[in-house]
Amino acid sequence: MKDQSPLHQPVAPIEQRVAAMEAALEERGLNVRAFIEDVTHLAEEKWLPENGARVVAKAWTDAAFRQRLLANGRDAVGELGLTMPPHHRHLVVLENTPALHNVICCTLCSCTAYTVIGLPPDWYKDFDYRSRVVRQSRTVLAEMGLRLAPEIEIRVWDTTADTRYMVLPLRPSHTEGWSEERLAGIVTKDSMIGVSRL
Amino acid sequence: MDGIHDLGGKQGFGRVRHAPNAPVFHARWEVRANALYSVGVKLGIFNMDEYRHAIERMDPRHYLSAGYYERSLTGAATLYVEKGVLTRDELEQRANGAFPLSGPSAPGRGNVPTRRRFKPGDRVRVRDDYVPGHVRMPGYIRGKTGTVVSESPAYPFPDAHAHGIASEDEPTYDVRFRAEELWPNSADPALVHVGVFQSYLELVD
Repeated sequence: MKDQSPLHQPVAPIEQRVAAMEAALEERGLNVRAFIEDVTHLAEEKWLPENGARVVAKAWTDAAFRQRLLANGRDAVGELGLTMPPHHRHLVVLENTPALHNVICCTLCSCTAYTVIGLPPDWYKDFDYRSRVVRQSRTVLAEMGLRLAPEIEIRVWDTTADTRYMVLPLRPSHTEGWSEERLAGIVTKDSMIGVSRL
Repeated sequence: MDGIHDLGGKQGFGRVRHAPNAPVFHARWEVRANALYSVGVKLGIFNMDEYRHAIERMDPRHYLSAGYYERSLTGAATLYVEKGVLTRDELEQRANGAFPLSGPSAPGRGNVPTRRRFKPGDRVRVRDDYVPGHVRMPGYIRGKTGTVVSESPAYPFPDAHAHGIASEDEPTYDVRFRAEELWPNSADPALVHVGVFQSYLELVD
């Protein structure tokens, strides 16, 4: 394989590289255009944080479900009709408490439980978050607007294998008596990554 | 490989450019680039470990200057070329310009023969291994000691799976480290949990 392009040739703009690859694969009969439509639909309509929000709201209101979720996340989200790709064999749900705060990251790439909490936001994939959150967790969280009291312990979870994580945020005290549906409406992707509290 | 992708604990990066409800995609080409890699996985042309490793093999200068979806596109294009599905010349002709690809792969490895089962509470050390091919051990835990919290189901061993080497699936262990021990006098106090493949670990007596 050639590592270097001929020096006289400037790098093609990214849009042209995408179009080139798409056209070349299409010509091989891989039918990528139909696949792109499918994946676009999934990414924009199905892999949404509203999925995880339903999981969180149910865990807040149904103690038995919460126990099942903490014991086996993959099976428990399946009860709500949510699926995970075959290579995500394990979903670990990390429960925040008044004394403990969990935050997830992927220092080596940008792995997430995207079918449950949604595809990762841009900042999650940036080098600043990936490099710093494991080493300067409290500082990074404060910079992102989450100032945790010093007595709250922080646990950072680095997604280095195909086990996936999501944070079960602490239920806000002012939501006493709320319906599951109303509770789901306040759960954000950021809170399930662990960079905010609700 | 000790590549540019292994960013955990690297210093010099700045504030996270965070916005609430940050978009996943910024342009249509990003959605399409994402699909072009996933179709390769879906059709069995390459697996996730090969894909991750292809991104890790990018020229570090390109890796750092490219956004996430350009890295994804570069890794996938590299594999389509290496697997003989496409040629680089064709891609460059169609793109009307250079199409940078990742560098060549170094050899992978099979499971470590002396690997063993661990149980929650075991004290373990991450082996002092230097691997030229794909590995899912972040450099910041190499040689460090932690505590096993739990065991996951078995997964394909990435060091082999990214290189087409036959191997046994291995469990990963949720190993808990203290940030202050990973970076003495140079970290915010916290517990850092890492999913560590069995082959990367040895028991501390």
